[in-house]
Amino acid sequence: MAEPAEPVPSAQAAPAATRSDRSPWNWLLLIPIVVPLVTPFYNFVSPRVLGFPAFYWIQFLFILLGVVTTTIVYQMTKKRSVVSRHE
Amino acid sequence: MSEHITEIVIFTILFLVVSGMGFVAARWRAPKDMAHLDEWGLGGRSFGGWITWFLVGGDLYTAYTFVAVPALVFGAGAAGFFAVPYTVIIYPMFFLILIRLWSVSHRHGFVTPADFVRTRFDSPTLALLVAITGIVATMPYIALQLVGIEAVLKTMGVTGESAIARHTPIIIAFAILAAYTYQSGLRAPALIAFVKDTLIYIVILVAVIYLPLKLGGWGGIFDAADKKFAGTPVPTDGIILNANNQLQYITLALGSALALFLYPHSITGVLASRNRNVIKRNMSALPAYSFLLGLLALLGYAAIASGVKPLAGATPGTPDNNTIVPLLFDIQFPAWFAGVAFAAIGIGALVPAAIMSIAAANLFTRNIYKEYLKRDATNAQQATVSKIASLVVKFGAVLFIVFLNPQYAIDLQLIGGIIILQTAPSVALGLYTRWLHRGGLIAGWVAGMAIGMWMLYQIPNPATKRAHFGSSAFPLSDFGFDTKKTIYVGFVAVLVNLVVAIIVTLILRAAKTPAGVDGTTNDDYFADEGDPRLEQARTTPDTIGSAT
Repeated sequence: MAEPAEPVPSAQAAPAATRSDRSPWNWLLLIPIVVPLVTPFYNFVSPRVLGFPAFYWIQFLFILLGVVTTTIVYQMTKKRSVVSRHE
Repeated sequence: MSEHITEIVIFTILFLVVSGMGFVAARWRAPKDMAHLDEWGLGGRSFGGWITWFLVGGDLYTAYTFVAVPALVFGAGAAGFFAVPYTVIIYPMFFLILIRLWSVSHRHGFVTPADFVRTRFDSPTLALLVAITGIVATMPYIALQLVGIEAVLKTMGVTGESAIARHTPIIIAFAILAAYTYQSGLRAPALIAFVKDTLIYIVILVAVIYLPLKLGGWGGIFDAADKKFAGTPVPTDGIILNANNQLQYITLALGSALALFLYPHSITGVLASRNRNVIKRNMSALPAYSFLLGLLALLGYAAIASGVKPLAGATPGTPDNNTIVPLLFDIQFPAWFAGVAFAAIGIGALVPAAIMSIAAANLFTRNIYKEYLKRDATNAQQATVSKIASLVVKFGAVLFIVFLNPQYAIDLQLIGGIIILQTAPSVALGLYTRWLHRGGLIAGWVAGMAIGMWMLYQIPNPATKRAHFGSSAFPLSDFGFDTKKTIYVGFVAVLVNLVVAIIVTLILRAAKTPAGVDGTTNDDYFADEGDPRLEQARTTPDTIGSAT
């Protein structure tokens, strides 16, 4: 999937008209999907931050992780689609 | 009652203001012609970034969530915090998958997920199953919004003893809601969501700063919770997870995330947005609500530290944990602020209830009425049928709460999450591949439903003294494994569904059973604002020119 939008060799539509949202950047989205599901990463009480056990503040940080990755992917793929529109 | 008079007055004023907005919403961004399902049911498919943020946020984070998640944390501790990973992982998934659904729906004029399934797999039967699943899963969810309001009303003491007296305020509230949804469609919840979410943000931010000051800081709050859980005989509670409930935590977060974007009301919210970029940008902005939900969940611990005792539940002898957040506000805050908090929860129930009833009504109109009852229904007729259906749906939800134990609504919501997951292979995978045969998808749906129901039936709940449908945590020992671990029922059911779908697909292909004609082309999944709409929803690939 890492190859950018190669036209599939088949009897389908002409490659020039084929749009795609494939991008290597999309793989980045796996991080905020997988990391919050690995409980051994954060299932501790200490260290506490501002009284919050690690279990809680680390999971609050995952929210930030999700925001950062989706923002990066949006910004990077947005440019790509503009370029391919002008082709 | 008199001691709550300030709360009741503020609650009533805010509720009336919002109701007024609901009626005015019909004229907000008004189209030339409202008699079209796209206008009434999808707000003209025209919502930009801000409106979508408030609408989808107000839609996904319901009053019931705001009441039930802290209640879960109050009762079980860390296991209830699954709401945070659940609402983190959902947005990257939305980002990739729902964007395709938006594009193909934009191109073909689909209003419901079942519309898509119908065209993609050329199977009205499969579409009917998806539509019925959506309606059945949504109904108890609407009823639960009433449970959310009721928790607030109970705390304010405005619920009497007899069945009628207990429910009069709710019946009035829902009658008003039904009237303005009928008139304004999706524009009503979109406009009200601004007020609802602003109130919720203010209330929660004040609460998470003010409460720790009164209760000895967050450290003290967590210590109080730890002390309480250490003193209970239940092995699965505590402020962090233990060896036996981690698998449940993971599968529940993942399964709930998958279920959430299959719910018709989430899809309605997303389809109402203007273009692909609005959706993508929102996936970075919506986690603000997850932050809020995480803080709110922790109010469950604040309630422990403040010594809140839940009010009695509908079943004699059992506590109604859903009342702990309203009680916490009642005890710790001045009456006027508690009134604002209660209004936030009450109004918070109206936004999702309106969107859910619209989504269920659209499913009925598009996939039952138009498909089976009146094939040549015009756009205006469809809009009318949907408006009436939305009334019926809300009426049904009220009957549900008035005549049945609210516990049934909670049970059915539990079941709803699991059955809606059974549409994942058709809707979510269907957006990527047509490899699965329509017959295989139907067989998988049946198998997933059956195993899901069976597993739920097996689970007791000792706390509420129920033998069946006690929770969604299935002990793996019932499958013959020698362990105390539990797993989320929906996760197992959807895996069974998928395996059966694959096996039956292989069989049907070997038997050369026709798979129908795909009404969509690859390019449809990338269509954006400005691309021409295909007037006929059902077209064969070679009649469509490639879009430029």
